[in-house]
Amino acid sequence: MSSGSKPISQTLVIKPKSGWQVIDWKELIEYRDLFYFLIKRDVLAIYKQTVMGFTWAIIRPVFSMIVFSVIFGGLVKMPSDGIPYPIFSYAALIPWTYFAAAMTASTQSLITGKGIFTKVYFPRLIIPLTPVLSKLVDFAIAFVILFGLMAWYGISPTINLIFLPILILMMMLTASGIGMWLSAMAIQYRDIPQGVGFLSQLLMYAAPVVWPLSLLQERFGESATLIYGIYPMAGVIEGFRSALLGHNPMPWELIGIGTITALFMFISGAFYFKSKERIFVDVA
Amino acid sequence: MGFIMSDIAIEVSNLSKRYRIGLREEIHDTFIGSITSWLRSPVSNYKRVHNLSSFSDNGEPDDIIWALKEISFDVNYGEVLGIIGKNGAGKSTLLKILCRIAEPTSGRAVVNGRVSSLLEVGTGFHSELTGRENVYLNGAILGMTKKEMDQKFDEIVDFSGIEKFIDTPVKRYSSGMGVRLAFAVAAHLEPEILLIDEVLAVGDFEFRKKCLGKMQDVASEGRTVLFVSHNMSAVTDLCNRVILLHRGKIDEIGPTEEMIKKYIWGDRKELMGKGEKTWVKPSKTNWPKGVIPGKELAHLRAVRVLNEAGELCTKFTVRDNIYLEMECEIFRDANYMDIGFNILNDRGLLVFVMGDNSRDSDNRRGRSGLFRFTGKIPGDLLNDGLYFVWASLTEDNHIVHIRERDAVSFFVEDSMDPEGARGYYIRRKWPESAVRPKIEWKNSLI
Repeated sequence: MSSGSKPISQTLVIKPKSGWQVIDWKELIEYRDLFYFLIKRDVLAIYKQTVMGFTWAIIRPVFSMIVFSVIFGGLVKMPSDGIPYPIFSYAALIPWTYFAAAMTASTQSLITGKGIFTKVYFPRLIIPLTPVLSKLVDFAIAFVILFGLMAWYGISPTINLIFLPILILMMMLTASGIGMWLSAMAIQYRDIPQGVGFLSQLLMYAAPVVWPLSLLQERFGESATLIYGIYPMAGVIEGFRSALLGHNPMPWELIGIGTITALFMFISGAFYFKSKERIFVDVA
Repeated sequence: MGFIMSDIAIEVSNLSKRYRIGLREEIHDTFIGSITSWLRSPVSNYKRVHNLSSFSDNGEPDDIIWALKEISFDVNYGEVLGIIGKNGAGKSTLLKILCRIAEPTSGRAVVNGRVSSLLEVGTGFHSELTGRENVYLNGAILGMTKKEMDQKFDEIVDFSGIEKFIDTPVKRYSSGMGVRLAFAVAAHLEPEILLIDEVLAVGDFEFRKKCLGKMQDVASEGRTVLFVSHNMSAVTDLCNRVILLHRGKIDEIGPTEEMIKKYIWGDRKELMGKGEKTWVKPSKTNWPKGVIPGKELAHLRAVRVLNEAGELCTKFTVRDNIYLEMECEIFRDANYMDIGFNILNDRGLLVFVMGDNSRDSDNRRGRSGLFRFTGKIPGDLLNDGLYFVWASLTEDNHIVHIRERDAVSFFVEDSMDPEGARGYYIRRKWPESAVRPKIEWKNSLI
């Protein structure tokens, strides 16, 4: 029975944990292949057996753009900083559609991933982070239409395009921060997924998607912008418009303040998630 | 981590796990009561849901369950250790803690070596994805790297036997095919320590045999396996040593055969060596409900196992006749009654049923009164082993008046008598077939 002493390749100690947990980056890296396959599964599975396939990634923002252009551009005559309303709103809808989808999917991720994480161990942080990455595919596809629209309206992108990765990172941090907070709550309190659709609608009107930031500045002055910048999507969306359409300089104050908030949300979300993860299986 | 030498693969000390089950919901019988409770429900719901994960407050102790209570044991390298026990004994909880899925409430476990766990086959399978995509996904979930899977992919597909459909979405598979593919992935894990829960209970017979074979290979390669199962024959085949769990505690750790016997027989301990069960009619006219088996048509008074001489007996040889007797009080006339016994073996298999086939209508139906029914099981029919007897009485084919499970039990021993079914097959243990009838056999030279 006993085959004698053996060299141990790794030792694992299992014991109750309490309080705040640090994030084990080394372990996350060890599980990168799983992360990759879960993202791939998300991307592949979503459009299987649909007629339109990846076209859906375009349909959603395009139809929102059409509706907004008719209502806000046509009927309400919403100012749009001198940019044609369709492209004004579409430039905002690209990051917004991503953000809303990633945030919602991330919030629900633990509930939908119950079948996996109750059966096998892996770093649970992977679960809410998966949709944040997989939704980037839709985001990239939606860009195609934007360049078409820009060509149509004769707008050429500016050199500020190089700052887009910063903005993309910002919106990913925000979406995953919220996702980690809410998914950890949602697995115990199923009210959270009920509310998140509503929340994303509220957040959309709070962000300068259908209206320009200049409207806020006219009414409350420049300093109001700084407070508004706490909401990271404000900086992201105005940043997208400036970088792509070049009608305004890059709103660096907004982006700077928003980055701090985004980082704060991400870090606090990760810590909250880690502190709750030991009860996920028990309450799921 | 360095290379520390050790004999012990898994070391568990004082491991406990506490669960809180949801509190019972209040039921209101007045309108005002339900309105107020509805208004208060967010608060009480919050408490209820919140309490699932908090134990600090003075909650009712009724809803706390210790799924595991101070478990300690060691598993040596190269050992295949089985974990058996009734439902709720804590087997799965123990495995979940060792897999790091659930966290212990107290105590600790040290696991030395690369672990893979298999709580089910096909975790993460997505029905919209193809077999190929699912193999990679499932492999990653089980802890394989992409490189490992690239190397083993052909072998996995080969083992599953569904090469033709590997690029078809899994939802088009029959359930058997899905399981085959999933098990094929699992079978190609190469951990030092493997933790398995009841995964062999799936698939068709041929495939199960193949899986069992693969597991035996794993075990014989000197890897450590911890195996939770209800399937006693699989435990017997695979394990050297078994932990018997009972209500979250270790009942005993010991050699497989012994533990399995203890598990099966300890289950129904009150029946051991007792061939009779009787119920006395109390003197009062209104009997307490549920004390005596039976409904308004009839009540069961006694069930007995008897030998040829009509004496109570629980030990027989495979060659003996066995008599089962039931006493019933029948209160009113009925059109048609079925009276009989179900005979089950110690693996829970219904071996056969026996009932009144006597055509003796005078003593069977229509009459009320106190009756005795006796059935004879001929010798040279049952295999050796432990048997359980259920007594039943039904009216008009479907109204069940009596169903007394495990009313009595008896042993049948192998007499090694060449006059019986054995003939001259006398050296070895008779196969574990359900029955061992003595059949007529003829040899002729042609």
